[in-house]
Amino acid sequence: MISAATARKNAPLWVRLLLPRDAPLYQRNDAIMGWLMALPALVILTVFLVIPFLMAFVISFTNQRLISPNPAEWVGLRNFERLLTIRTFTLEPERDESGAYVYDGGSLSYPRLREFTRNNPDYPELDGLREFTSWQSDDNRTVILVGDVVFLRALINTLIFAAVIAPLQGGLALLLALLLNQALPFINVFRSIYFAPVVVSMVVVSLLWRFIYDGHNGLLNTILGIISFGSFQPVDWLGNPYTALPAIMAMSVWQAVGFHMVIWLAGLQTIPASLYEAAGLDGAGAFQKFRYVTWPGLRNTAVLVLIVITIQAMGLFVQVDVMTRGGPLDATQSVVFQAVQRGYDKQDIAEGAAISVILFVIVFTIAMVQRYITREKN
Amino acid sequence: MKKAVSLLIVVIMLVTFSGLASAQTELSLWYHGAGNEIERSILIGIIDDFNASQSDYTVALEEFPQGSYNSSIVAAALAGDLPDIIDVDGPVMPGWAWAGYMAPLNLSEGALDDFLPGAIGSWNGEVYSVGLWDAAVAIYARRSDLEANDIRIPTLDDPWTGDEFDGILETLQATGEFEYAFDVGMAWAGEWYNYAFAPFLQSFGGDLIDRSTYLSAEGVLNGDAGIAFGEWWQSLFERGLAPGTSQDGADRETGFIDGRYALQWNGNWAAITALDALGDDALFLPAPDFGNGSTIGAASWQFGISSSSKNKEGANAFIEFAIQDEYLAAFSDGIGLIPSTSGAAAISEYYSEGGLLEVFFELSNRQALVRPVTPGYATMGLIVEKVFADIANGADVQDTLDAAVDEIEQDIEDNGGYGFEM
Repeated sequence: MISAATARKNAPLWVRLLLPRDAPLYQRNDAIMGWLMALPALVILTVFLVIPFLMAFVISFTNQRLISPNPAEWVGLRNFERLLTIRTFTLEPERDESGAYVYDGGSLSYPRLREFTRNNPDYPELDGLREFTSWQSDDNRTVILVGDVVFLRALINTLIFAAVIAPLQGGLALLLALLLNQALPFINVFRSIYFAPVVVSMVVVSLLWRFIYDGHNGLLNTILGIISFGSFQPVDWLGNPYTALPAIMAMSVWQAVGFHMVIWLAGLQTIPASLYEAAGLDGAGAFQKFRYVTWPGLRNTAVLVLIVITIQAMGLFVQVDVMTRGGPLDATQSVVFQAVQRGYDKQDIAEGAAISVILFVIVFTIAMVQRYITREKN
Repeated sequence: MKKAVSLLIVVIMLVTFSGLASAQTELSLWYHGAGNEIERSILIGIIDDFNASQSDYTVALEEFPQGSYNSSIVAAALAGDLPDIIDVDGPVMPGWAWAGYMAPLNLSEGALDDFLPGAIGSWNGEVYSVGLWDAAVAIYARRSDLEANDIRIPTLDDPWTGDEFDGILETLQATGEFEYAFDVGMAWAGEWYNYAFAPFLQSFGGDLIDRSTYLSAEGVLNGDAGIAFGEWWQSLFERGLAPGTSQDGADRETGFIDGRYALQWNGNWAAITALDALGDDALFLPAPDFGNGSTIGAASWQFGISSSSKNKEGANAFIEFAIQDEYLAAFSDGIGLIPSTSGAAAISEYYSEGGLLEVFFELSNRQALVRPVTPGYATMGLIVEKVFADIANGADVQDTLDAAVDEIEQDIEDNGGYGFEM
């Protein structure tokens, strides 16, 4: 009888690598079976996720085009620089020959920014930049110049979208789950109703909501008009830069809330009824039961729901593509919409890849931070 | 096991011999119109006629849904697996020719003499594609509305001027009978914006790019003409004369016919529906002249030959066969498109003399201006599409046009001039 240690020493390298150090050798077959079972998933993940991501990473440092006879070249960080450059610039009012300010109808007159950002040899660092926003400081005007206004808007919109959607959708889903986690007659009918939008394609939902949001005869305007006895002025929900993103948010929550409701429901049903009974005997009220029994029991579910909603929200695309195409005035641009538009429609695969890499880094960071904040404290 | 092997051998032999038996070479043809039964039956008719007319080639049709057709071609090109005969959208053609997907056509002398200018796809001095049809855009109007408001009915020779047109829109809006005086079709976000709205810009004297070099847009897109166009365009929406980008597709389809829009900027493909609904009252009027003539867009789907085809002769023969007047007329009668030649128009149902849509043929013939013929159009088109949308939504006209010029020129520079001398 040979010892486990000798057998381990004699075993082929890959077996040693796969087995934990202290595992007895009879587990060898189990390990092989395990890896064999994981193999299909691993192959599919590698071919369709890992390799494309690595390719995107490599391509983002080139000027690869979708359709072009020109060979791709390395351009270093150019794509990232164009997307992420942010500078401040101070614009001084125009002066006449004596050095006095020139007034134009009572207000100071400024040179056009484009004189500095287009082929100006004195300001090479400003070349190609565009104004994102500006404000007045004394007589000067301070301008935030960025390499890519549309991408920055897309990034900000997407972050706002995720920041609003995650608590709103998660909270609403929990509320629905609590309401539907009761032994009422026909409860499954209600569960199905709230789950129904999830199984409808997002494209279809988006098209339907375009009609609901119509600025003239849309359902929403009509209903608001009726319940306010006609005093409500119709709003062009998707045509107004201030309401377009909130309108997309509301519709996105409606569509996906059922899915997370089901996850919360599953979590609720893992909490033993005996805990509630015990809490009831101790004299706990409904709120105290939620605070001290339900919520701690849902801890892991909450982490899952939060991270899943955030990742989904960062991938905002279909609603924008179908409903607004990023408009009006970039109010609904999203990062993924820009990645697709530049990569495929504008045929600039390299820039699309660079946007994907940036998105990956952001989502990864957010997920890690969330994981850290919601970790088990003990 | 043995049985299976012998069966396999028999199958292989059968396939091999049947291949040898037919000495005909197969030509593959990819088409974008999967799902359209009428288009399919006409195209199959042409293919059957061609296959029967000679014994050297047979054409095999493969259809794709329009939405995924272009990406299928790009994928096939990357895989070195392009069909012999390619179906290509007019403005996309220079990109594919530049990328080396397509070979110039080699048709017999004079084969295209009678063709509408928009139906011939040329790039770099060579003809790469030819269309069996074209499309045209006109102002849809109701005769009764115009007469009730004492509005002159314009003609091809004497279109409304820009100021006259603007006054007409104000007049129609002021009647209070319409939600909007002029529906330009903002619901059709996408290529429609360039195809339909760039002609207004061109009529003001601007353009997407300087067509003499195809390298610069400075002063062309953002020059005085461009700004004049932009201000007028913006005012259409500010004054509430036209529905904005949030217009939904259903309103676009029915708004004019239901009488909620007074005038509509729409293509010939919608004309039959309008005629069915309005009968004699329907009018199709030429674009207004803002100073630089009336212009409309041109170029639709066309046929070309892939550069990797081993049977270019056969592919040319098929295209030459397909552009006979009778087939052009068949497509026109079947799906209402404008036949590419006057000969075909004369024997078609809608575009012959006295035909219901006759006016569209002359529009195409006299006012068509193709979109910029450069591989850069794919990107340029999207940039300018956003300009039309942003200005309509109230963006600063000069800043928006300047930014678009910078972006267009940056893209051209990134692409080494797209084949034009820098």
